[in-house]
Amino acid sequence: MAITTVPGTTRPGRPSSPYAERPRRTSLGRKVRDNLTGHAFLIGAVLCFALFSWYPMIRGVVMSFQRTRRGVTTWVGWDNYTRIIDDPSFWTAWKNTFYFTVLALVLGYAVPFFVAILLNELRHAKGYLRVLVYLPVMLPPASALFLFKFYAYDPSEAGLFNAILKALHLPTSQWMQSPGMTMPAMVIASTWMNMGGAVLIYLAALQNIPGELYEAAELDGAGIWRRIWNVTIPQTRLILALMAMMQIVATMQLFIEPLILANGAGAEDSATSVAYLIYQHGFFQNDLNGAAALGVIMLVVLAGFSAVYLRLTAKQD
Amino acid sequence: MAHDSGTRTLISHAQLRRGRGKAIYWTLVAVVVVGFTLVFLGPLYWMVTGALKSGQEIAQTPPSLFPQDPQWQNYADAWNNLALAKLLFNTFYYAAGAVLFQLVLDTAAAYAMSKLRPIFGNAILAMMLATLMIPAMVLIVPQYVTVIDLPILHINLLDSPFAIWLPLVANAFNIFLLKRFFDSIPEDLMAAALIDGATALRTLWSVVLPMSRPILGVVSIFAVTAVWKDFLWPKLVMPSPETRTVSVGIYAFAGGTPMNVVIAASVIAAIPTVIIFLIFQRNIMSGLTTGSLKG
Repeated sequence: MAITTVPGTTRPGRPSSPYAERPRRTSLGRKVRDNLTGHAFLIGAVLCFALFSWYPMIRGVVMSFQRTRRGVTTWVGWDNYTRIIDDPSFWTAWKNTFYFTVLALVLGYAVPFFVAILLNELRHAKGYLRVLVYLPVMLPPASALFLFKFYAYDPSEAGLFNAILKALHLPTSQWMQSPGMTMPAMVIASTWMNMGGAVLIYLAALQNIPGELYEAAELDGAGIWRRIWNVTIPQTRLILALMAMMQIVATMQLFIEPLILANGAGAEDSATSVAYLIYQHGFFQNDLNGAAALGVIMLVVLAGFSAVYLRLTAKQD
Repeated sequence: MAHDSGTRTLISHAQLRRGRGKAIYWTLVAVVVVGFTLVFLGPLYWMVTGALKSGQEIAQTPPSLFPQDPQWQNYADAWNNLALAKLLFNTFYYAAGAVLFQLVLDTAAAYAMSKLRPIFGNAILAMMLATLMIPAMVLIVPQYVTVIDLPILHINLLDSPFAIWLPLVANAFNIFLLKRFFDSIPEDLMAAALIDGATALRTLWSVVLPMSRPILGVVSIFAVTAVWKDFLWPKLVMPSPETRTVSVGIYAFAGGTPMNVVIAASVIAAIPTVIIFLIFQRNIMSGLTTGSLKG
């Protein structure tokens, strides 16, 4: 199994395209025409990328150094950045977002991997279990979150989670109304909604592990945990690293969970996330430039994190 | 054991067939099946039946397992008060358009980069794939600003379905899936079509597309579910009540609507994607894993 990091690269020894490489006597006109045909096929998608992806990327950076008031745009240097950073919510939002990311790593990252290992060992009901795990991924997040908000996290004992806790003689919780529980509650909801994709990807990776490796480990007297530690994890190391990275980038963009479960900020600002702050500044405080600056800060943090992460994983190899 | 054909995993088949191993195995299967059903299907059951309970019943402790007096009125209220028919129609319309735009433009682009390979094709592909690294939240503000005043054209796309359709075409993951699939189509077939005098378009239509039905299906399903699940972008670019998607519409009404009616509406909103999933689950799951792994 190999992860395709650079999918566009042409493999050596591959027969060349009859359209791309013609016999040498081909005229220049013909070559130009073939290239034009190729670009004609590309143009629609390229325009969409240019308008809605490449251009906004640059525009975001430019906007973050400008201020638009009453239709007049001026350059303001780092003003937007200082204003955003001076906002008392800024540090709360980062603290909350990091906390969510770490909690989601502990719960949301390990759980799908072990679920995949478990499902991979079962010889029965595999299809059914796979459908079950992936089903929540298909729900519109707003629907699933209203379910959690109104039924699961009902702070009275009529709530689903509290009723279960009470039946098990465990202490009940105020869930979203208690600042300490806000983040764990959001991580539970988010993991339930999103883990299906990770489970399926891990399952596919596990199926690519050669059986002989387990055979050999068993002959050497390795127990189940040792086999997981010495065979399963090293064999799936690349996909594990990739998924950790993808998950962190996804969880750092935490938005709809606080918006629906906590009405945005939550009890004592315990739910405010960076993405929610971007939304607040951009679309409620009429400060699109400040929101753009916050977006750039988020991009820099994520890019910096990715660079460090790649460096660390590269060193291990 | 049903069959031995599978490859060996963590625990050997032989071990599971012996007396004690067999007992443990079957206990585990039972525990996992019951546990997963409770964890993943339980909340959905709770949602569907909860929406049938009256306001008093939902507040009672301990909660009832079955609705004592099913209030079908909650579903009817959700349908009528939230104008769900209109919201669902909007969402279907956006999803259908998204499928059409992505199939036409992304397929053409992937075909060009895989088979026609014009000059700078690889550079364009790299720039497209680079967008996978940019978090969506970072782009939300400049994208919004672009949509309310398109550069050069100066058109405002707010409340226009194009504000949903066109940004979705810029989907590097789909292009990557399609290109990878087209790469696996033998060059000999391309050469044969060329010798027969087929144009590039004709080759795409008569040779490549008929072979690519599975991947086109996967891309279409992803397009539909992306539109159905998206929240923030449609909330921003479809501000009027008449153009909202179903998720945004329910959110907009959630404040002033009884809880059970909101849940009833959420159930109705989830039905289409659940049905799509149950029908196409094989394609969806294989598309998901081929996108991330290559084995």
